[in-house]
Amino acid sequence: MSSHAEKTVPLGGPLITPVTLTLAALTGIAAVILLIRFIFGIGAVTNVNDGYSWGIWVVYDVMAGSAFACGGYAIALMVYIFNKGEYHPLVRPALLGSLFGYTLAGASVIFDLGRYWNTWHIFMPPWAQVNSVMFEVAVCITLYIGVMWIEFSPAFLERFGRKDLKQKLSKWMFLFIGLGVLLPSMHQSSLGSLLIVFGTQINPLWQTLMLPAIFLMTAITVGYAVVIFESCLSASGFKRPFELDLITRLSKVMWGFLVVYLVMRSVDLTWRGAWGEAFKFNVMALCFWIEMMGFILPVILLAKPANRRRPDRLLISAVSLIVGTLMLRLNGFLIGYNTGPGWYYFPSLPELLVTIGIIAAEILGYIVLVRWLPILPKVEPAKTAR
Amino acid sequence: MKTTRRQFLQGAMAGGAALTLGATPPEAQARPNLTMPPKALGLLYDSTLCIGCKACVAACKESNGLPPEFSTEDHLWDTAKDLSGKTKNVIKMYKDGNGTQKDRETDGYAFIKHSCLHCVDPSCVSACPVSAMQKDPVTGIVSYDEKSCIGCRYCVVACPFGVPRFQYDTPFPKIVKCELCNHLKTGDKYQYSACAQVCPTGATLYGPTDLLMQEAKRRVALKPGAISKFERGQIGSGNTHETVVKAQYLPRIYGDHELGGTQVLKISAVPMEKLGMPELPERSFASISETLQHSLYGWLAFPAVVLGGLVIAAKRTSRPDDEDKV
Repeated sequence: MSSHAEKTVPLGGPLITPVTLTLAALTGIAAVILLIRFIFGIGAVTNVNDGYSWGIWVVYDVMAGSAFACGGYAIALMVYIFNKGEYHPLVRPALLGSLFGYTLAGASVIFDLGRYWNTWHIFMPPWAQVNSVMFEVAVCITLYIGVMWIEFSPAFLERFGRKDLKQKLSKWMFLFIGLGVLLPSMHQSSLGSLLIVFGTQINPLWQTLMLPAIFLMTAITVGYAVVIFESCLSASGFKRPFELDLITRLSKVMWGFLVVYLVMRSVDLTWRGAWGEAFKFNVMALCFWIEMMGFILPVILLAKPANRRRPDRLLISAVSLIVGTLMLRLNGFLIGYNTGPGWYYFPSLPELLVTIGIIAAEILGYIVLVRWLPILPKVEPAKTAR
Repeated sequence: MKTTRRQFLQGAMAGGAALTLGATPPEAQARPNLTMPPKALGLLYDSTLCIGCKACVAACKESNGLPPEFSTEDHLWDTAKDLSGKTKNVIKMYKDGNGTQKDRETDGYAFIKHSCLHCVDPSCVSACPVSAMQKDPVTGIVSYDEKSCIGCRYCVVACPFGVPRFQYDTPFPKIVKCELCNHLKTGDKYQYSACAQVCPTGATLYGPTDLLMQEAKRRVALKPGAISKFERGQIGSGNTHETVVKAQYLPRIYGDHELGGTQVLKISAVPMEKLGMPELPERSFASISETLQHSLYGWLAFPAVVLGGLVIAAKRTSRPDDEDKV
């Protein structure tokens, strides 16, 4: 368990670079568009309409964005629950990605809420409507963001030299770790359950009581995919050694989850007799297969254990899974959603720029924090040669 | 602590299977469809009596204080083409071929009224996270409270009839939907649903849903050529007119079973799907969704058990002497 005791240190280095400046500019553009949205209304900058009232600000920023932020959850599930202490060097970077992904997903909800000044009603007894799936999602995501900041606080406490507080907190950390696994399990599955009440408006390829399991399993697998993706980027972007040994073993777990997922998805489609929809000559069937290929491809690419040591295969698998997970959410909420004839939706440019700005803010925050706080494992000279 | 590939896969498979099972609801706590409230109020819309005059559309706007909506160049007339953030009630037209004969499916035309159906088990009420959509326990009227609403539009996307609409062109938007004119007070110009009150032919009739159902059954049994009396305004008003039945009613009463029934009923001579009314099962979507939620989260029993297991696992794995633990 040598890696378990590995030290994390601030990366240091310049904060103002062409990359960070570009990211800041993209964030700024999004901020200006959002200002227009808050002055003139949602329709002033987006293409959402009464047929497709939820656009990419909901389906990408919240649904997909929070799934992509499941790295911390997926790693925590493995490290603490499967008792795999050796993944420890991955915990803090993954948790940071999750912290940013979720905080921004949570914050970006406000941009899309028409009557955002009433948001607090969700948490208050006279208004809170416990039968609503949306209620469950909102409460769970909010709690999880709080739990993640607590889980992450040792990094801040180290930076500010508060070892005493850090030690007190560490005695109770197991409680927050437990919550940090429970809460995402609850709301990631509920993001799927949101679709149940849509009923027959959703194509049978995506309308099933297995939705909570489908969304949960894909959130976990994409969590691992994002960790692999981040490791690859971090290795090339920050010129750090690639954590190949850990990533290889992590990809085994991911592969196992993927096989379970595909079996479950196929059995469910067979059970409900929904396969016919997949072989129609239409956009829904096409998008279904793009989604499915996103999950099937990594299963094939990483089937041989030897291939799990090949960074190219790992990266392609991770990207493929990210695409599949995104497609599942787009399919369920937009492409497979038929609200009647005459409706059409494709995001407007300002709408896309806000989503891009949110992603940019996320990457920018990640870069700034790993340079400033002890998040990434210290690179020993001996290990660099690995 | 080395782990073999085999152990790893077993762990991953077991974890996946456990999560899958955990997320699958048992049938035991099924929440059945809600049932018709004791004094349910609604409307009966008879497509064969409708002459497409749109007096109901104008009266609805007046009664609800909604602005006109323009679809013509000159911006002179309120010409709403669909329900919207400015329109709670609209008359649409079906036309086939040369569209010469009323209430005929081929080479004919027919009218259809679109407004809230006041479902017995409404999806919008089940979806709303902040109780802004409420179904009155006595009258069953589905009402909306802007003071509660957060503008998430889950009701807009969930409603299978496409009824709740949102205002996209204002920084302070609201949801707009028919509330069966439940805001009216004595002394107001309109005394009950404005659309029914102004309808000149009794195509839109207001009243208790059980009486409306009786009247619907009576009407669909009428044969073409028969002479019959039709009530106007509200049921029991005594304001009737006598006319010849010109079209052959279809036996279907839309709203008698769709999603467990609706308080607004519709009858016609042209099939409902042609008029834009969706085919829906009897089991309400709200009941399916709530059965799932209650199975997973009833009394928070299931999450509590899972949390217990997770905390024990986390405590066993983490060691307080570990400096590096996050």
